[in-house]
Order: sequence, then C-alpha cells, then structure tokens
Amino acid sequence: MEIDRADGRTPNQLRPLACSRGILNRAHGSANWSQGETKVLAAVYGPKAGTKKNENPEKACIEVIWKPKTGQIGKPEKEYEMILKRTLQSICLLSVNPNTTTSVIVQEPGYIPPPQALSCNTFFAGCQLSSYALLQVVNDDGALLPCAINAACAALVDAGIPLKNLAVAICCCLTDSGCVILDPNKLEEQKMKAFVYLVFPNSILSVLPEGSSQVGGEPVEYGIITSVTHGVMSVDDYLHCLQRGRAASAKLSDFLRRNLQSHSPGDLSKAG
Amino acid sequence: MSSATMTSDLSSEMEVDAFRRLFPLRFHERHLQESIRPDARPLGKARDTSVALGAVASADGSALAKIGCTTMLAAIKMEVMTPTTESADEGCIAIDFHMPPICSPIVRPGRPAEAAPVISKHSGMINLKELSLVSGKAAWMAYLDIYCLDADGALFDAALLSAVAAFSHLQIPVVSLNDDGRVVVVSNEEGEKLEKEPVNKERRKLKLSSIPFSLTCVLHKNYILADPTAEEESVMETLLTVVLDSSFQLVSLYKPGGPVLAHTSVIQDSVALTRQRLKELQKILNEAVSDMEVD
Repeated sequence: MEIDRADGRTPNQLRPLACSRGILNRAHGSANWSQGETKVLAAVYGPKAGTKKNENPEKACIEVIWKPKTGQIGKPEKEYEMILKRTLQSICLLSVNPNTTTSVIVQEPGYIPPPQALSCNTFFAGCQLSSYALLQVVNDDGALLPCAINAACAALVDAGIPLKNLAVAICCCLTDSGCVILDPNKLEEQKMKAFVYLVFPNSILSVLPEGSSQVGGEPVEYGIITSVTHGVMSVDDYLHCLQRGRAASAKLSDFLRRNLQSHSPGDLSKAG
Repeated sequence: MSSATMTSDLSSEMEVDAFRRLFPLRFHERHLQESIRPDARPLGKARDTSVALGAVASADGSALAKIGCTTMLAAIKMEVMTPTTESADEGCIAIDFHMPPICSPIVRPGRPAEAAPVISKHSGMINLKELSLVSGKAAWMAYLDIYCLDADGALFDAALLSAVAAFSHLQIPVVSLNDDGRVVVVSNEEGEKLEKEPVNKERRKLKLSSIPFSLTCVLHKNYILADPTAEEESVMETLLTVVLDSSFQLVSLYKPGGPVLAHTSVIQDSVALTRQRLKELQKILNEAVSDMEVD
C-alpha cells in the first residue's frame, strides 16, 4: 500500500503549514494561511448593519466574495463561494449579532505580493465599512478550497467574530491502487482517480466530563461539516478517506490552536 | 397529531395552518416524533417520480422529469465542432442550468445545481470518445440545457434525473461531408440520393456505461428525511446529497456546511437510502425508455 510521492512525502504527511494573522492594518481581521505552495490570504470586515435581501434578519448574515486570479468569476469559484459561505455559517454564532452582515472575499492573483504591498489597502478600498471576510488566493498548488476554509477561519478568529468552534479542512486523494494520500499538490490532484475535501470541527477542550461530547458513540469532532467529492470511488474508499482525514484534522487542529494562542502576528510555526 | 405529549406549546389552541406558519420548526418536529412528514410520507420515502422522454421535438434528445412538484426539463442539441489537439478523438459536453424566476418565489442567485456538470463528467457515464466523428477533424459537441420549471426541493436530484433521461433519449443525427468539406446534417426525407457517403451510417444512441442517480436528504437532529420539499429544506438547513452509479460506486457525497454534523452512521444510512432509491429510479427510467421504443 506504499506509494511514492513526487516531493518525497509519506502518504499521511501534510505539507508544511504556516499561518500568520493580523497582517492587514485596515481589515478587522486577516490571516495568511499556506500549505506548501498553496497560499491564501483572508480578511474579515464587519459586522456591518443590515442583512442582504432574502436573508433572515433575525440572524447574522455572512457574505463570501471569491475573486479569481484573472478575469470574471467562473462557475467553480461560484461554487467554492457557496460552499465556503455555508461552512462558515455553520461554525459562526449567528444569533449573537442579528441583522448584520459579515463578508468574505477571495482573490487569486498570479503572483505572491509582499505583505507590505497588500496592507496599503489597494485591494480592499471601500470594504472597510462592512463585516467582510476578504479571501485572497495568493497561489494555488492543490487543495485550494480546504486551504481557503482554514484561512477564513483564522481570519474570523482574528476579527473576533463569535464562533461555536473552529473548522479544519483537509483534502484526501485516492490513487488508482486505492491508497489514500493527504494534502496533495496540484500535480498529484490531477493524477488521482478521485479526491475528497472534508471539513471537521476542531476538537473542543471541554470542562465537561468525559463522554458528554459524544454523538452516537463518536466524538463531536468526527462529524463532517462539509464534504465535496470529485471522481468515482467505492463507499468503503470514502469511509477510509474519512478515517484518514479525521486523523490528519487532529494535527491541523492542534496547529491552529497553538497558532491562535500565540498572539504575535507574523509568527511562522511549522507542523509536519 | 396528538397533542397529549406537549401541552405546553400553543398547538392545541391554534389552527394547524397558523401553527405551521408561526412555528415551522416545531410543526415539523412534531411530525418527526410520529415518524411521519406533513405530506404523509414516512421519513425515508421519496416523492412520486415520473420521467417523460422526448418533451422537446426540436432537440436531439430531451426529457421532462418530475419528483413530486419539482419539475426539470432537459434538452440536448448536437453540433459538430473541431476537437482540440489534446483530445483529438473526443467530443465535448457543455451543460447549462437555468433557474428562471418562474420556478420559485425566491429565485436564489447562484447555484443550487451547478454541480451537475461536475457529476456527469466525472462519473464516466458518457464515453467522450463516442462523440467523435473523424479523429482530429470533427466531433460532436452536446449542449445540455436544464430548465427548472418548478422548484420544490431536491433540485439536484431532479436535474440529474432529467439529464440522464435526456441522454438516454438522445439520437445522434446522420451527417455527411458536402462539397466544401463541411459537415452537414442529412435529413431523413431526402435520403434517396446521397452524393456523398454519410460519415456515420445511421442514427444511433449513446451507450451509457454507468448511470448516476442521486438522493438528497435533509438532516435534522437524529432524523434523516429523504427527498425534502422546499419547505422542509428551508426549515431544516442541513442537506446531504449522495450520488451512486448503477454499480453502487460513490460518484459524489456532497454536504455544503449546515448546522448538523454528519457522522459515519448518518453517511451509511443515507447511502443505504440512496441504494434503494437508485433501484426505484432505474425502474422508472427503464419504463420510460421502453415506452418510447413502443411508440
């Protein structure tokens, strides 16, 4: 069941993680999240008054704006936007700030701008009044959506938006021989038979007695918030991916927790 | 609906319709406790489904699918194009999903069933090589348009069913090369004199290798409700769509967020529900196809 990966990782090994928060001075919250060469920048503005049309005015509303690298927004980006929005909705405490809007924007420029260039607010002009989560995809090298979800989550924490729990996202790939590899890069993603994006809630440090956070014999963090699959696989393969994803999400969740506890912005810690 | 269990709420003093509007969640939960739904279905049962092939006469393949009140019209138009050099012997499918304002009082901007293209491509349902005419020179481009005529929940299921039915109705027209070297469609009537040999001999159907079928479920607390109506979707927000193909391979398991977490047991239950539903849908589709052949 061993498989060689181009970059010499073991199947379960994630790419180096890095997260820095508070890098934009105009945004209410911002975070830069990278997994290997995939880098996403997210900023959160708000909450601003009022909800969008057709939204429930008794709840807080979340808006996600995803800007592609070049040109107009396409169908895949629209779909990412929708998935991201619904994922964030399920982790935010929407009843705390009723009748407000929080927005998330994603942009994909093809180069890696230095942080100084970004903080001079050229990208975010006009956004400072609303509760925006501005998400900027700086570079896509596979597992883009999970990376964006992680970045948005870190940015929401940085902005102090009340959350039920954090979400950790992971991409699992299924090879032709039925092996599962985690956190693929772009090349691996294209070669694979199928891949799955999974989002789990992070483990809760609870003061409640052991076992109170179990649902049907499984800890809460084993439940799936979001699942998106591409390609054909057997149901057993999916459950296998789920299992491996859960194990990896514990690692990611630890990294996120450690990172959020250290308050120094620009702190680069590595996990592998 | 016995009100003996919960005397504290207003349900015993209020008209049912008023209660439904004012406390929609509690209205549904009261039903769920009795393992029944407001439209008298058990939790795991889908609505009545029907498929009619050939609904659009001018299209090369078309179908109208109804799941309860949800209605989808799918039509395919074939066109000849020049394939790209990377995939010289493959045709191409372009899918459009339309939600006109006619279909629902809240025309939601954006998606619900934008995932349809993803599904039909990745499932390997259609062998794109079959859409080739002359390798590297000409291939078929299939334009699939899906119109939502009535949106009453489980849009994706209906859209996928109508698309699959339209492809099983599709007949590839006969074409030949004219004097300028262009590909032209040969119409049936003037079959007497053909100066040029037709490129493909006869109208033929596509071979569909493994047909995908889907089931959308709403998750609420510990309940799994198959094939929700629009009302159920708006009250209980967590949706889970499972797509299986005819050999029970998982094509897609799609859950975009939602307050309820999907645990392993939930996934296994909803896959089991989808397997049952797949058999129903297969039967409905086969009947529709055989009805068509009799006519």
